[in-house]
Amino acid sequence: MMHRRAFVGFALAFAVPRNVLWAATGAQDVIAIGGDVTEIVYALGQGHRLLARDATSTYPAEARSLPDVGYMRRLSAEGVLSFAPSLIVSAEGAGPPEVIDILRAADVQFAEVPEGYDIDAIVQKVKSVGAALDVPDKAETLARDTRTAMDAVLARTAQSNPSPKRVMFILSTQGGRILASGTGTGADGIIGMAGGINAISEFEGYKPLSDEAVSAAAPDIILMMDRSGDHAATDDELFGLPALSVTPAAQNRDVVRMDGLFLLGFGPRTADAVAALNRALYPA
Amino acid sequence: MALADHLPSSRVTRARRLHVWLACAVGVVGLFSLTVGATDVSLGPALLKLAKGEALTRMEAIVLWDIRAPRLVLGLLVGAALAVGGTVMQGLFRNPLADPGLVGVNAGAGLGAISAIVLAALAPAWLALAVGDQLVPVAAFFGGWASTLLLYRVSTRRGRTSVATMLLAGIALGALAGALSGILVYISDDRQLRDLTFWGLGSLGGASWAKVVAAGPIILISVLVACTLGRGLNGLALGEATAAHIGLNVQWVKNLAILTVAAATGAAVAVSGGIGFIGIVVPHLLRLGSGPDHRPLLINAALLGALLLVLADVITRVIIAPAELPIGIVTAVLGAPVFLWILLRQRGMVDL
Repeated sequence: MMHRRAFVGFALAFAVPRNVLWAATGAQDVIAIGGDVTEIVYALGQGHRLLARDATSTYPAEARSLPDVGYMRRLSAEGVLSFAPSLIVSAEGAGPPEVIDILRAADVQFAEVPEGYDIDAIVQKVKSVGAALDVPDKAETLARDTRTAMDAVLARTAQSNPSPKRVMFILSTQGGRILASGTGTGADGIIGMAGGINAISEFEGYKPLSDEAVSAAAPDIILMMDRSGDHAATDDELFGLPALSVTPAAQNRDVVRMDGLFLLGFGPRTADAVAALNRALYPA
Repeated sequence: MALADHLPSSRVTRARRLHVWLACAVGVVGLFSLTVGATDVSLGPALLKLAKGEALTRMEAIVLWDIRAPRLVLGLLVGAALAVGGTVMQGLFRNPLADPGLVGVNAGAGLGAISAIVLAALAPAWLALAVGDQLVPVAAFFGGWASTLLLYRVSTRRGRTSVATMLLAGIALGALAGALSGILVYISDDRQLRDLTFWGLGSLGGASWAKVVAAGPIILISVLVACTLGRGLNGLALGEATAAHIGLNVQWVKNLAILTVAAATGAAVAVSGGIGFIGIVVPHLLRLGSGPDHRPLLINAALLGALLLVLADVITRVIIAPAELPIGIVTAVLGAPVFLWILLRQRGMVDL
């Protein structure tokens, strides 16, 4: 234990740039919180160091076989400590705060990875995770590759369409009420990247829409998450909703379903997600 | 009193004997809750170490002292507060459906908590500085108190509190608080929405000594005071007029009942979120088992409430470890069938 702490101190003093707020460790015992964070850990080839993950970490498949410590805003202090981790790499907003305090008191390093919905944010996420795991070189490579891939795909999506399509991202249609994405969300970010226009720009975040607002937004295409439960509304049910039935999307029966973490994760796979969404929006 | 001799004495003695049994059970469950958890730290070996004069490992010290011990204490306090609150309310309103929520605590505390979760970013800097990350419990406590005092003012005319007005005004106030909460829910983002759903299901997960120190004295004092209300509530069972005729200061009993319940459940809800079921069921279980005399009933309710909540908390911690279930789910899932079973088994005693 003392050796490791001495090493951390040493690493802090010399190896890590000053603007990094946490201690980088060579720790083998890491818990990853957040689907995007876990994805980046695996993309950096550090998956073998993980002891556990949170409920949203479902990719890659290996991650699913790790123990699940629950929902990131409701972590259990003892549940996390039962793995005796020395480092937790977490997406923004893990909690509750009392639990984080206890974990800090128990000598668990806590690295928070900032959130964001653009290229810089993805690159920053990769670098943050890399710094926390003390693999800055690999992170640099992955960040560079990610940026290159993103730039390439964005260059393609930006010029592919003379008349961009209006896309409405629907989170759920429970009870016939349409919960759609406004601005400032991951869905809004990815729609823009894929060369579409978010059909809803009047509000921020996810909100239930009135039927008339749905019709007025006149989306050309509906984007949904490919999940079980109420999200898996069939096309018939979806376009049977009175609000949607008058939209161009319903007339062409245009709906795209994509995996939630792939579409909205904003991690290393986002370039693929943008390309896939772009292909779905503008079939050749 | 001669009347006591004519009562079926077995029930009264049974109720008194229950004090001892429940106290022992609380002790056993308390030790059990210190022993089990997601980590393999256990109380026995740690005590053995201490007895031998060895130092505990960092892990043992933190798990036992900083995680399990404050949770146990908070669980005991919250369970006692909710159960005693329910007993007092059922006695005061002479209504088997009454629970601590009737004095407006839950609606107000819920509104306070939701406001804190959704509007935290708008809070003035001095407030954020004063309460730190404890804005939600603080707001819930004051929300609960504010709505109780409002309800009390509304239903009190010329120094007399009308219990019926309080019941109805409570429904109106609850609807109003619900509507305001609805507005806040509407403007919340999905992360805040998730936070407030979890808040409504309750948890002892954020237990800390700071919370015990803040909420403990309020709950302890008001539960102890509420336990002295037994004679007054017995009198009220005869009806307000009769109670006054036998020399009871009815208004004093009402004031004390409302204020202690508001303080105890307000503090309990603030630290643990909304935990249903304990408040309404514990008094019924005890009345079915040991009779309606409030004097032993209040004490038994405190003990049984504490016992059940600590037991439920142990279950939340181990059943899906390393994750944790909200405690409100456990109390309802385990409590409701047991309650139904007892109710149906003793069909002859439906007149509670």
